[in-house]
Amino acid sequence: MAEPVRRDFMLGEGAGTGSGGQQNLHVGVGPAHPAMHGIIRIQTEIDGEFIRKADVEIGYLHRAFEKDCEVGGYNNAIPYTDRLNYVSPLINNFAYAAAVEKLLGIEVTERCTFIRTVMSEISRVCDHLTCVGASAMELGAFTVFLYMIKAREYLWELVEDVTGARLTISYGRVGGVKADLPDGFAAKMTTAFKETREVLDEVHRLLTGNRIFMDRMVGVGVLSREETIGYAITGPLLRAAGVGYDVRRAQPHWAYDRVQWEVPTQKDGDNYSRYLVRMAEMEQSMRIAEQALAMMPGGPINVDFEGRPIDPAAYVDQGKQGKTEGLLLVPITLSPNLQGQNRAAWNQVNAHDKRVVLPPKETTYGSIEGLMNHFMLIMEGYGIRPPLGEAYFATEGANGELGFYVVSDGTDRPYRVRCRPPCLPPLAALHRMIEGEQIADLIPTFGSVNMIGGELDR
Amino acid sequence: MQGGQILQRLRDRFGGAVVDTHEHRGDATLVVDRGTLVDALRFCRDEPTLGFDVLMDLTAVDYQRYPGREDGPRFDVVYHLYSLAQNHRVRVKVRVDEDDAAVPTAVDLWPIANWFEREVWDMFGVHFSGHPDLRRLLMYEEFVGHALRKDYPINRRQPLIGPKQ
Repeated sequence: MAEPVRRDFMLGEGAGTGSGGQQNLHVGVGPAHPAMHGIIRIQTEIDGEFIRKADVEIGYLHRAFEKDCEVGGYNNAIPYTDRLNYVSPLINNFAYAAAVEKLLGIEVTERCTFIRTVMSEISRVCDHLTCVGASAMELGAFTVFLYMIKAREYLWELVEDVTGARLTISYGRVGGVKADLPDGFAAKMTTAFKETREVLDEVHRLLTGNRIFMDRMVGVGVLSREETIGYAITGPLLRAAGVGYDVRRAQPHWAYDRVQWEVPTQKDGDNYSRYLVRMAEMEQSMRIAEQALAMMPGGPINVDFEGRPIDPAAYVDQGKQGKTEGLLLVPITLSPNLQGQNRAAWNQVNAHDKRVVLPPKETTYGSIEGLMNHFMLIMEGYGIRPPLGEAYFATEGANGELGFYVVSDGTDRPYRVRCRPPCLPPLAALHRMIEGEQIADLIPTFGSVNMIGGELDR
Repeated sequence: MQGGQILQRLRDRFGGAVVDTHEHRGDATLVVDRGTLVDALRFCRDEPTLGFDVLMDLTAVDYQRYPGREDGPRFDVVYHLYSLAQNHRVRVKVRVDEDDAAVPTAVDLWPIANWFEREVWDMFGVHFSGHPDLRRLLMYEEFVGHALRKDYPINRRQPLIGPKQ
């Protein structure tokens, strides 16, 4: 049992109220606390070292994501979805795009589903690396943090190659993706995964059987199976409690039913189980990405066209002079920042639906129909117009089920966009995980729920 | 179970209390009367063939400016349920008017409803009767209005507040 806090130390609220010198002390943790990543306030009532009651306050990072989505077109919300989960933004992009596609009732191409699968899994590895690394650092294992961030760096470089950005990637599009995978992606991914696997091996050796780490993690932050389900917690936390629910397996979408992989589970529901689940999932994610890349239809994108590659300016000139015969069949060399958006790539990664997807750049530059099509999708009041209705699409985010519920009123702007944040349920249950435990245990427990302020507060 | 079978099961059980059902884009949707909401949710959770043990999401939609709904009930409170055992989903909706925007709470059925309902109260001003602690979730106490209502302008400024006393 803890020593009751002596009255002499009661400098705070309720001091000297004559309760016999024994009273619980109120301590506020956060909103900005150096040992916690994420802006959140936990008001605790402590008795010595033990937390008796906790109240979690969120909302410090609220940026009106759902409200902002209602003022722009459907594709205008893509950059906002990046900022929901800034560690694995690709999954958010794709989930939102897939929800709108479901509302429109269109199918994306096969190659696009494989690209989404590969990029989602790379993001998931990044997310788990960050979570495990940061929570290990908070327990004093700074080396692990540096190693894992090193591995994440390789993966982010990969993401940068594909999307052109490291964090705010905006790579998903309704009906497809922004551009095809770049040249040499497979080789780079192999290298990045090799490095990541080495790091994971090292971390396993450093942490998994480590006495100090286990003392802090085993049996701490436990949430029973029933409560986990009652609090609608999904993802690694649910699987650590013994329920093998994974949206990728339960309701397969994209290419998840075409590849071999396992859903790792543990049974104890404590911080250590969550750590083990995340470590095992990273390996599974890499397996999925490797298989999906190997099976990807369309093969590598051939940039050395057999036609006559011509300069875009000459192409536009010819179009202006009315020399349009066969012009649309002529490949052009696009500016490097449009790489992967030429027609050959476009056909493979985008849904063939003029009402939804911007035309390939050759068509936009080389024909009046293409230009009109482009503007019809870009101009305010036109754009993508799903029929009246509503749709909910869920995929497995890094922290659990990431769902988008989109309601359309038939105009070019979403009537309502709701993000089902995977982080909110664990935070709603956080007080159940920390009450009755020591105040020092708050840190690993908070690390293991992997709070992402962007999607929690939206 | 297929969406159609789920809806059939619920229509058989609740008959007249079912306002509407549809399966737009494959999402089985049931609209129930407010008085039957908690019974319907409890039935969904406890009936073994349905087995909806997870309240995956709870949100609301303000239909004030929706074509065909300008005069009708203003808010839809939307429950997305999922069954771990049966691996199926259903969406349950309940319609409420603006001047009587209150829905019975589901906290007794699922503890997560506590925070989800606080968020809906915060953003839409829909009251949940019987909720143990209906505070704002994302906004601060002094915030005026409910931000996700359609008549809340996106650029409205809020009065500045000082530190708490």
